[in-house]
Parts: sequence; structure tokens; C-alpha cells
Amino acid sequence: MASSYMLPYAQQAPPSYAHPTEASQPRQHHWSPYTENGGVILGIAGKDYVILAGDTRSSEGYNINTRTARKVFSVGSGLILGVVGMSADGEELARKVTRKIDDYKRNHDKHITVSAAAVMLSRILYQKRFFPYYCQPLLGGLDENGVGAIYTYDYVGSFEREQSRAFGSAAALITPFLDNQINLKNQFVPGSNGEQPKQAGDLPRATVEKIVKDAFTSAVERQIEVGDGLQLVTITRAPPRTEEEADDDDWTGAAISVELSPLKKD
Amino acid sequence: MGGFDFSNHTRNAALMAAGMPAPKATSTGTTIVGCLFDGGVVIAADTRATSGSIVADKNCEKLHYISPQIWCAGAGTAADTEFTTAIVSSNLELHALSTGRKPRVVTCMTMLKQHLFKYQGHIGAYLVVAGCDPTGSHLYTVHAHGSTDRLPYVTMGSGSLAAMSVFETQWKKGLDREAAVKLCSEAILSGIFNDLGSGSNVDVCVITPDKATLMRNYITPNVRAPKELQYKFEKGTTAVLQEKLISKDELRRYITVTELDAQGDSSLTTDVMQVDA
Repeated sequence: MASSYMLPYAQQAPPSYAHPTEASQPRQHHWSPYTENGGVILGIAGKDYVILAGDTRSSEGYNINTRTARKVFSVGSGLILGVVGMSADGEELARKVTRKIDDYKRNHDKHITVSAAAVMLSRILYQKRFFPYYCQPLLGGLDENGVGAIYTYDYVGSFEREQSRAFGSAAALITPFLDNQINLKNQFVPGSNGEQPKQAGDLPRATVEKIVKDAFTSAVERQIEVGDGLQLVTITRAPPRTEEEADDDDWTGAAISVELSPLKKD
Repeated sequence: MGGFDFSNHTRNAALMAAGMPAPKATSTGTTIVGCLFDGGVVIAADTRATSGSIVADKNCEKLHYISPQIWCAGAGTAADTEFTTAIVSSNLELHALSTGRKPRVVTCMTMLKQHLFKYQGHIGAYLVVAGCDPTGSHLYTVHAHGSTDRLPYVTMGSGSLAAMSVFETQWKKGLDREAAVKLCSEAILSGIFNDLGSGSNVDVCVITPDKATLMRNYITPNVRAPKELQYKFEKGTTAVLQEKLISKDELRRYITVTELDAQGDSSLTTDVMQVDA
């Protein structure tokens, strides 16, 4: 009999009376490198400003990991990056973009433009085409003319410049609200009897801030993964340079401000 | 004949095999608790109903009536908790009528577990049963597969761990009514804030040998903040594609029209509107 000389873990045929249960079946252990941490981000570009906001909840399943997670990062040269999806990948992406923007400044002795940074972020994402960063980024900044710009991406680098965009677990709830309130879709000038569609104009920053806050408080009501706090980051044009600032290499022409306010915690 | 209708089972199995997912049932991914005290029993629940990660109902009722002195808190599939408690409530009423006695909590619990065991867990009802009967105050949990527990304090649902952590740190023997209500609502609050499946308000029901008191929305810690803007659309924002006027006289041919005065009071005292046959 050869059986005793065979491999120590040699498979023996199960006895004929054995009942196949779940435990007796071969089982493949599986590990996934990705998780979904929920949350939502929202970006709106105005005539001379950019607003990028995100909630501060980070969750896994039915558990809250933290109530104070930032989703919008300052990445240098007056630019901001919002990330939602898997928070570990989002944070890593923000670190990488920050470093690359700094490299650009050292190599070219000037601040990167939003459009150039937009292409750069696209390349960063596509470099990981077959092991992507599991997050959806929004890049915000003022362009060469000081006009607000939001660049939106899919997670492998396809991108587009847009006026407004929501990403994350409440995107489906906020997007139609944005279409209606920011882009004034499917609305006509009263009295024109459906002849003259309303033109989306440049809304004042104070109004847009209110729309953003209402979008978030509404999302909190209906999306369990959104809540705890609101991080509202705004880029505006910086006041003209003073004499002392004339040689300041850090001056970008943009002023970034961050506002934190509470949201419902249930 | 009662019972379930399985006639779509084969078709649905084929559809599922072809890649069409089954529709999502509303689940009360919930926090429910119960606690005995000297002279009665109290149960409590949150009021959030979810469908996946979307809130389906912000203020639903998870405390179900079984009999005047027996109430039930339900977690799991919303429809299953609703119907299971309704069936048992009905049968218990008939049972009480035929025996001429007050229904007992054990009887209720036994009817629930036998019903649920029969369906091998396919009826997704997870319940906390509480009540007072001639034999005393009782508190049970019933799981979807039919197992039951009888304990001085219990929690169930996705927020059960958060709620139980409150019981395990604060519960002590010989609580009075006030302390039991406070402990139960604190356990629910723990679920509301720490479990994403639970949220909104706290409902409490206190049962003593003489009466049951349902305290709907006992605590409302999640009132929505007022909106920053008002969203009203000017008349004419939506285009009118077609217009057709129907005169009141023309309308009278089909229905009875009643004139109202300026205060909105009907001048006729007869029926308001009646659709002709």
C-alpha cells in the first residue's frame, strides 16, 4: 500500500455516508484590498470663487470610524482636492498630489495652474489603471483669469471641467438638486410661456454657500452614511500684493478658507 | 385559505439566475430593547427604517400592539415584523375569547416561535416581547429561526451591541419604573448615535399590571435644522403645454358640487361630494 508514503496532507475520499455540508466543501479564503467609507463631497465653481465641501463622517458598514474625518485637502499652489470613496486611498492620493505640486514648483520656479494640475492628476490616476485608487476626486482652484474651476474625475483618470458636481454616497440625492438650483435645468422665464429657458448665471457666493448647506442637511436626512460635520472650503481671489509680498514665492493669488459646522449625528 | 402564495417562486428563481436581482425589502436595521422593573416591564425602539443605505422612513413605529397588556418591539424585515405581530395579535384575541382569560406573554411568545420556526428563518422577524399577565411581568426575545430567551434586560437589531453596552454598564437589580424608562431610552440613544442602521427618535412603552402606556416620540434628539433658503418656484417656471377649461356646470353632470362660503364652511349640511354611479 502506497498510502503511508504519500504526502502528509494527501486527500482521502470522503466516506460514502458523509453528508455534504458547507463546512465539508472546499472553501476559498478571500481578501479584498478595498473598502467603502461613505460620505459625500460637493464642488461648485463661481465667477471668482470655488466652494468644495464634504461631510466629516467616515464609516464602515453600520459602524462609524470617526466623526471628524476631513475629505477636502489643500494641495498647495492655491488648489484644493476633495476625495470620497475609500478614505485610505483618498488620503494617499491627496498626499501624492501635494508632493507632485510641490515638485512642479521647485522644477519650474512657478505655481502650477489648475488646468496643468488637472492633467497631472489624470496621469496619477491612470498610472494605477489596473490597481486604481478607489476614490472619486474633485479638484478645485482659480484658473489663469481668476475664474473658479472644478475638475471632476472617474477613478482611472477620465476628467472634465464642470460648474458643479457631487460625488459619494449621497451624489444621487444631491445631483438633481444641483441641476435645479445651480444649473436651472428645465425651467423657463415666467411669462415666456415655455419659449425662453432660464439661463444659469453666476450666483453670489453667499447664496451658493446656503445651497451647499441645504444640500448637506438634506442628504443627512436620507443617507445613513452622511452626517456628523460639514467641512466647507472656499477659494477666493486674494487681495492685491503689498510691497513686502512682491518677492513672496508662496503667493498664489488665491485665498483658501475653511469653515467647520456641525451636522446631525444619528 | 391562509398562508403564503409561492406561485411566482420558479419564475423569480429563473429571473435571478438570469442576473436580475431581487427587489430590496424595507428593513428596520434597528435598535430595540426591553427591561424588567419592580412592578412591570418597559420596551423601547428607535424610529428609523432603511432600504440599503437610504432612510425609508424617519419616524416609523416599531412598537407593535399584541394585546392590551402585551406589546412587541420588532427588528428585521419591516413587513415580517408587522404581519407576524398582527397574526399573533389576532390569534391571541381569539384564544382569549375562547378561554375567557387574559392572554399570557408565554402564550404569545410560543405562538411567535412556532410560527417563525415553521418558516425556517425565511420570515425575518426579530422580536422583543413584553407584557404583564396574571402570572407576572415577562420579557422575551424571539429570533427569526424560532429560538427564544427570557432575560431581565434584552437588546436586538443592528444597534443591539451599542444598546447592550449601556445595559451592561448601568443595569442593576430592583429598578423602579422611572429608572427603567431612563435606562431603556439611553440604550436606544446609544443605538441611534452609534449605529448607522438606527436613528431619529425614541419610542417607549411601559406595561404594568393595570395598564400599558405607549410614549410615542418620548425623546426627539434629531430634529431637522431649518433650511437656509426657501425653494418656491415662480408661477410660469413650468411651461403650459395644453389648457382645457371645464365649467362648474359641466362638472355637475358627473359629481355633486357643494358651494363653500368665504370661511370655507359648507353651506349644505348634506354629504360633501358623491360620485354618481
